[in-house]
Formats: sequence, C-alpha cells, structure tokens
Amino acid sequence: MYLYSITFYVFSLVAVLSALMVISARNPVHSVLFLILSFVNASGLFVLLGAEFLAMILVIVYVGAVAVLFLFVVMMLDINFVKLREGFLQYLPFAALLGIVLIIELGILFLTRSFSESSLSKFVESPMINEIENTKLIGQVLYTDYFYLFQISGLILLVAMVGSITLTLRDRGQVKRQNISQQNYLNANESIEKKNIKLGEGIK
Amino acid sequence: MIYLEHYLFLAAIIFTIGVLGIFFNKKNVIIILMSIELILLSVNINLISFSVFLNDISGQIFAMLTLTVAAAEAAIGLAILVVFYRNLGSIEVSKINKLKG
Repeated sequence: MYLYSITFYVFSLVAVLSALMVISARNPVHSVLFLILSFVNASGLFVLLGAEFLAMILVIVYVGAVAVLFLFVVMMLDINFVKLREGFLQYLPFAALLGIVLIIELGILFLTRSFSESSLSKFVESPMINEIENTKLIGQVLYTDYFYLFQISGLILLVAMVGSITLTLRDRGQVKRQNISQQNYLNANESIEKKNIKLGEGIK
Repeated sequence: MIYLEHYLFLAAIIFTIGVLGIFFNKKNVIIILMSIELILLSVNINLISFSVFLNDISGQIFAMLTLTVAAAEAAIGLAILVVFYRNLGSIEVSKINKLKG
C-alpha cells in the first residue's frame, strides 16, 4: 500500500507543479509542453485508479491531438509574447484572495469526508463488476445505456470540425480554380483565334 | 492510504490553478484556453475518482463526454483565435471588443 501512496503523491505533485508552470511560463511553447506533462501525469493517476481506458484516451486525445493543435497555433502566430505578459502581476492581490478562498472552500467541502462511500452508494446506477476489465465494461454501458449521449458527442465533434473549417477557410483571390460548366460550354469559335502573321514580325 | 478525498483535493488544486491562470494571463488568449483545459482536466479527475470509489462506471462515461466537449472547444477556440489574429494582428483580450458587448 506504501507504493500506491508514493505513486499517487509523485504523480499528483508533478501534475500540480506542471499545471503551475503552464500558467506562469514565459514562453507559450513551454506552457504547452508543461500542459502535456500535466496531462500525462493525470493519465498516470487514472491508471492508478483503475480507469485504464480513460487514461489511454486522455493521452491519445489530449497529448496527441489537442496539445499538438495548441503547439501548431502557438508556433504559427507571430506574436511578441513578452509584451503580452505586461501586467502579469497586476491582479495578484485579487487573484491570490480568490485562489485562497476557492481552495479553502473546496478543501472544506472535500476533506470533511461527507462523501463516504456508504452515503453515496445508493445512487449507483451501473455498478462495476470486478471480473470484467475496464474497457469491456465501458463498451457494455456506452453502446447501450448511454447510446444517445455517444451519438450526440459524435455530432458535437462534427459541428466543431465544420465550424473550425468554415471559420478559418478564406478565399485568397489569386488561386486559379477549375470551373467545369465553363469548360463544358467552350467551343472552337470562341477559344481559338486565327491570325495571319507576316514573316519576320511575330505577334505583338 | 489514499482515499477519495485525496483525489478530490488534487482536483480542487488543479481547478484553482486553472482559475488563477485565467486571472493572471488576462492578455494572452492561448494561455486562457490552456487554463480552461486544466479546469476540464480537474473535472475529469473528479468524475473518474468518484466513479472508481463508488464502483459505478457511469462516471467514466461522463468523463469521456467531457473529453469530447473539451476537444471540440479547443478546436473552435483556436480557430476563432487564428481568424482574430489574421484580422487584427494581435491576440490581446482587451482588443476583442468588436461586438461592443
């Protein structure tokens, strides 16, 4: 059990520290890299909890897709990031007050142990059976009880894809495009011009 | 021994860091988007730890839905950011006032 505790503390410490670095790093590229570190550590915690499927999904979706998207955008935009950091500590007193209040309130809420397993177990909808592995169990529930939610999340992804393409697509103007109906309506009289060229002069 | 409360407190810490990130980086939209990702990560930690400690799989399903929404949100947010940068040449939050809201 000691090993479990040590693993938990190591993973959570690195996750918290890298989350702190995300919001305080000078270079946004470093921020993205620390975000990746934070997500990898969170997925380690999920493995520790026994939610292996979610841990792998977190690595694939966040590290493989979202963080790389962030990295692309950060590197694509040519911005003076030092100038953007002006006034970084302007809101320090207010933000410190807010953070302390938030963490104390959440801590009071969570550490009072009102969330004991016996008091909440009457709300359990689909209990986990220990003989089946995590991925299989998710599959058994996701495609039956939560089928509509699954479909709706697919629709959300489709809308996000279409939305981001329409937002960023632009007509550059000088790009030559094929107009098929115009090509079909061409005939020889309009497209070919006969010229009588005199010797030694060429076309002007 | 690690109980549910440890995971919940960890999620609370990460949530607070995310909220503070929005406050500190009031100019940089990219860091604000990353802070939102941190907040959603803490929500995921909460959902999954409740799911495991209550022995109920539905929390993990909802964590997956959160993941989907977070990915969609990041894609749309970054697309808006790119369009905004193309039009104004800057990503300062204080300059996003075209709608006069």
